[in-house]
Amino acid sequence: MQKARILALFSNFDEAFAAISDIRHYKVPGVSVDDVTVISPIEHPEIEEILGERPAHVPKFTLAGGIFGITFGFLFLASAQANFTVQPQGGKAVIPIPSNIVLTYEMMILFSVLFTLTGMMLGARLLRKRKSLYSEKVTLDQVGIELEVDEKFLEPLMSLFNEHEALEIRHEVVR
Amino acid sequence: MTKDINEDIKWAKINEDVLRSMENPRKGYWMAIAGCLLLLSFAIGAEIYQYNVGMGPSNLNWPHMWDLYIATFIFWIGMSHSGTLLSAILHIIHADWRKPIYRFAEAMTTFTLMTAGLFPIIHIGRLWNMYWVLPYFSDRGIWPNFRSPLVWDAFAIATYLTSSALFLFMGSIPDLAICRDTATGWRKKLYTVLSLGWRGDDRQWRHFRKAYLIMACFLIPLAVSVHSIVSSDFAVSIMPGWHVTTFPPYFVAGALYSGCAAIITLFIMLRYFFRFEDYMTIPILEKTAKLTFAIAMVWTYLNIIEFSSIWYGHDPISKELLLAKFYGPYAPYFWAMIFLGSVLPFTLAVEKLRRNIPVMMVVSLFLNLGMWLERWMIVTPTLSMAYSPAAHDVMWPSWVQWFIVFGSFGWFGLLFLIFVKIIPSVSMYEVKEMIFHRRHMAKKDIAEVMHRRTTDKKTPATESPGLEGA
Repeated sequence: MQKARILALFSNFDEAFAAISDIRHYKVPGVSVDDVTVISPIEHPEIEEILGERPAHVPKFTLAGGIFGITFGFLFLASAQANFTVQPQGGKAVIPIPSNIVLTYEMMILFSVLFTLTGMMLGARLLRKRKSLYSEKVTLDQVGIELEVDEKFLEPLMSLFNEHEALEIRHEVVR
Repeated sequence: MTKDINEDIKWAKINEDVLRSMENPRKGYWMAIAGCLLLLSFAIGAEIYQYNVGMGPSNLNWPHMWDLYIATFIFWIGMSHSGTLLSAILHIIHADWRKPIYRFAEAMTTFTLMTAGLFPIIHIGRLWNMYWVLPYFSDRGIWPNFRSPLVWDAFAIATYLTSSALFLFMGSIPDLAICRDTATGWRKKLYTVLSLGWRGDDRQWRHFRKAYLIMACFLIPLAVSVHSIVSSDFAVSIMPGWHVTTFPPYFVAGALYSGCAAIITLFIMLRYFFRFEDYMTIPILEKTAKLTFAIAMVWTYLNIIEFSSIWYGHDPISKELLLAKFYGPYAPYFWAMIFLGSVLPFTLAVEKLRRNIPVMMVVSLFLNLGMWLERWMIVTPTLSMAYSPAAHDVMWPSWVQWFIVFGSFGWFGLLFLIFVKIIPSVSMYEVKEMIFHRRHMAKKDIAEVMHRRTTDKKTPATESPGLEGA
């Protein structure tokens, strides 16, 4: 069975939400809400009510960045200071904890931020080529629902979307 | 009560207005660009002269090793604080009136940091040796002194600049995708690269939301640490007037103060240049003004605390220095600082004045003048009257210093004005969010209705949250 991708555009979030709600209630047997991708011009955290909670692993990257920043920061400073004992110490420790904490703190934040951004880019699958079904109207004012399903589900999905006053429906065969 | 924004505005119009602003600004925009170029050319000329002749013509000589360059460095670092810091705080507390103005405020942070970074380089005279402050592996195994607050500065400012620029960039990605979808020519290529393939699906929004919140949480302590560290340049020394424990909060309050005043100035300028009357509204200006007034009072309080600590302390030199600020050669500038920083902000407490754009423009400029004087009054009087009487010397900055200081405003202005012409200065997607949520705030809770619809099929359609325009 060939796979197909379908994109339906709605004039408002309410209609899109109702269509997803029907999919969730198995109005199209064989199509699950897990296949649904919502494309919208603004963030809709409330969509999780119907799509279910989907994971975002960004905080793990942040934690990794923070730990790396602290470890690398302190070791970097300490190793540099330990190898530069010719520098006048002014009666202070070669590896002074209080002043190193300041710089370690900065490095923790720097690496946390860098790792967070990396986590976001990887998790959000940025830097990939956009799918051919993309519509520029979703950055304007329309809401899109995209699904990748077996070709046999195209017809029932199209009638479902039409029922919910979809403005435009596009589809393509994937493989 | 007047609304922060017209909630009936169509989403397509938001895109249209903001994108048009990048194509077709008022003539004032080009005049501002010309003014900035003129100021910058003076600074470049003065810097070339100083580079060729040495630091003599700038009047930087013992005991006045630090003067306008370092005072202006602190001023620009301070101004950088409000943009990202306020944006992050207001984001975390869900103050949605930030949405039309946060983009340019964050840009202000980035460009003020880039301006501030020039001053230590100019100040050392031997510009080509600036890289010595960086910790890098060398054949001779020489490292900077990590105990020095000057090295902390380099780390903190580099971290803040990187993080602020990334925060600004990340928050702009959805808008850059809008630009990509409508632009043509070189702009289309630029936005295609910058938008990183954003398409606005739920996975992207979910990760974006989480990452943006986390970055906001990191930027708040970072911003506070940066200006605390800058204050350590002074407070860690033993100079009278500088060795003060209240310096870190005093610097942070001053930084927020000047940053808020600068936000008001830029708000009014952008509103005029780009015809943003529908987005940069008077109620939002009022809120910013109230915030500035509150911070001005904190700054005033910290000033009083600082003066009284010295007055009731046991350091006669510090006390003498304080009296010299009141009555000495720098007294006119000191009292001007007090008037502009502590008395003038009371205009912000008057509603009629707060709503008057020309008045606010003038007040915000004078507030920043006051904050610049504050930085000058921190640096120069102390150096003119330190512990050694042999080093007592009153010095006035030369034209070289003044030209470079004025030129820095041209440099900042130029960077900022070019930025707002290329990147949307009003966040389109966030203004849409603001309108979307405000329109339905009076209605039933969206999540509650939706939750009921997912669990109860019988929920009538009339109970839908009514998300027209989404």
